[in-house]
Amino acid sequence: MTSERPLTKDMKADGEALTLKEYERAGGYQGIRKALRMGPKDITDQVTKSSLRGRGGAGFPTGSKWSFVPLGKDAPHPKYLIANADEMEPGTFKDRLLMEGNPHQLLEGMMVASRAIEADVAFVFLRGEYVLSAQRLQRAIAEAYAAGYLGEKIFGSEVGLELHLHLSAGRYMCGEETGLLNALEGKRANPRTKPPYPQISGLFGKPTIVQNVETLANLPHIINNGVEWFKKLSYSADGGSKLYGASGKVKRPGLWELPMGTTIGELLHEHAGGMRDGVEFRGLLPGGASTDFLTEEHLDVKMDFTEVQKVGSRMGTGTMIILDDQTCPVGMVWNLEDFFAQESCGWCTPCWSGLRWAERILWAFEQGHGSEADLEKLEWICKFCAPGNTFCALAPGAVEPLQSALKYFRDDFLRHVREKQCPWR
Amino acid sequence: MLSSEERGEIEAEMLKYPNKQAACIDALKIVQRRRGWISDESIREIAEFLGISTDELDGVATFYNLIYRKPVGRHVILLCNSVSCWIMGYNRLRKRLCERLEIQLGETTADGRFTLLPIVCLGTCDHAPALMVDDDLHRDLSPDSAEQILERYR
Ligand SMILES: Cc1cc2nc3c(=O)[nH]c(=O)nc-3n(C[C@H](O)[C@H](O)[C@H](O)COP(=O)(O)O)c2cc1C
Ligand code: SF4
Ligand code: FES
Repeated sequence: MTSERPLTKDMKADGEALTLKEYERAGGYQGIRKALRMGPKDITDQVTKSSLRGRGGAGFPTGSKWSFVPLGKDAPHPKYLIANADEMEPGTFKDRLLMEGNPHQLLEGMMVASRAIEADVAFVFLRGEYVLSAQRLQRAIAEAYAAGYLGEKIFGSEVGLELHLHLSAGRYMCGEETGLLNALEGKRANPRTKPPYPQISGLFGKPTIVQNVETLANLPHIINNGVEWFKKLSYSADGGSKLYGASGKVKRPGLWELPMGTTIGELLHEHAGGMRDGVEFRGLLPGGASTDFLTEEHLDVKMDFTEVQKVGSRMGTGTMIILDDQTCPVGMVWNLEDFFAQESCGWCTPCWSGLRWAERILWAFEQGHGSEADLEKLEWICKFCAPGNTFCALAPGAVEPLQSALKYFRDDFLRHVREKQCPWR
Repeated sequence: MLSSEERGEIEAEMLKYPNKQAACIDALKIVQRRRGWISDESIREIAEFLGISTDELDGVATFYNLIYRKPVGRHVILLCNSVSCWIMGYNRLRKRLCERLEIQLGETTADGRFTLLPIVCLGTCDHAPALMVDDDLHRDLSPDSAEQILERYR
């Protein structure tokens, strides 16, 4: 294991973005030059071997996702590469740093991925509220075009790449990859039936890959430094470093690039500085709103896709939300379910009716009107929204914090019933 | 009628996509930036320009949080109500802003200066609670500091 921090090491202390010149001085745009000499199959092969898994939350192996894209003379064109920069999962604030601090790193990652799938056009799908990211990306894109790194015959090669920035108009479903495709086509961000998979028929019916910003930012480094180097960045079987974060009542909320597989306890106590004076730790959501709660007994668990799953949650985006003893767990889950109910696209009954029903029940608990029978209803809604019962992953994700709260904080629910009010009011 | 500036900006966006409809969200944002919000008339004008039906465009416009189908004030406050901000004092912030502006969430002040809207996680949760006023992000807020910040927007 090495303690290198490839994604953030070149970022400036004052938070300004690296210009193209500064990025190149730090070794930037060497990965894409190498990738252009390698050819698609070799790039994909190297990324597969690196064991890079998608950083958008699901952890799908990146190389094998690309392997389904048709290549060569008979493949349909234009093919598309999309950077998913929607970042609307509550509690998540990692892609913002990558775009604000080093936009060229993302562009180079998109160039590498585009070569791997022989894409002709790339989009950054950016949430509209990220004004600073938009300005900095726009400027970086202009610099890259002016340098001949985008457009026709990039870097003096025989291939071209167009790259555009799309600013979204705001809706959580835009982050779901097929919802994103509809949004980019100027439609409502409803999800699409799979198959056909986007690799075969995606944006405008053409082969498309959608990849998270952090996933893409890793690619130039993998190409530059190789598979073994990348694996050694990690403490675990999932390769690379990871952007981890913490928010809530900890001493130092923040974001840190660390070896993949750093333990939850180390993140909480060393990097976030532990709990603020006067508050106690109760639990945490390891990677955004749609992951199951973990508690004190899980602090030794390594934060990676495999290990967190083993204890019944998901690493998700890797940005933890900390619950303390002065915050009502029922109220927190009410806030989460209200978000999910609002953002449901309304297509499937379990999702739109189930989540709003759960939100109403949780609200009743907060007002002192909850009953033990309601707990069974909540449990039933969690099963109703399980994977397989709905069209996309929003609803199954939405009930993860709820089902785990019912398990770990049952006594707190019952206190609301007994005391006929929220004990934290 | 769309102004020539509006048409020019929308046409520039169209170049990114293989068909006109794909530019409709960009078009809504361009028109909203100039007119403040999207009226029925704006919907008709944009739909005609892009060659799509008004129903279709309205369906898109109402789906997205950042497209305003009702008039808004000179400044729009987007107050994050997601989980980290909720833990870090969203309720106190909301209460103070509502008292100070004498409106509820979703409403516009009598003088037309501010509209207060809830927004989902602004992606700055390590600096919660947070809000945006127009294009500016403000973080690590207390009810007092939030109130002071509003003074900067006339
Ligand atoms: C409701 C919903 C919202 C999502 N939002 C995002 C998002 O904002 N950013 C993101 O990268 N992935 C998001 N995802 C995951 C994407 O569908 C997709 O798996 C991901 O972009 C793939 O990239 P990766 O393999 O690099 O992780 C979301 C998924 C769902 C179901
Ligand atoms: S699970 Fe929810 S968000 Fe996903 S398609 Fe069904 S209704 Fe829409
Ligand atoms: S929850 Fe408010 S910024 Fe993330």
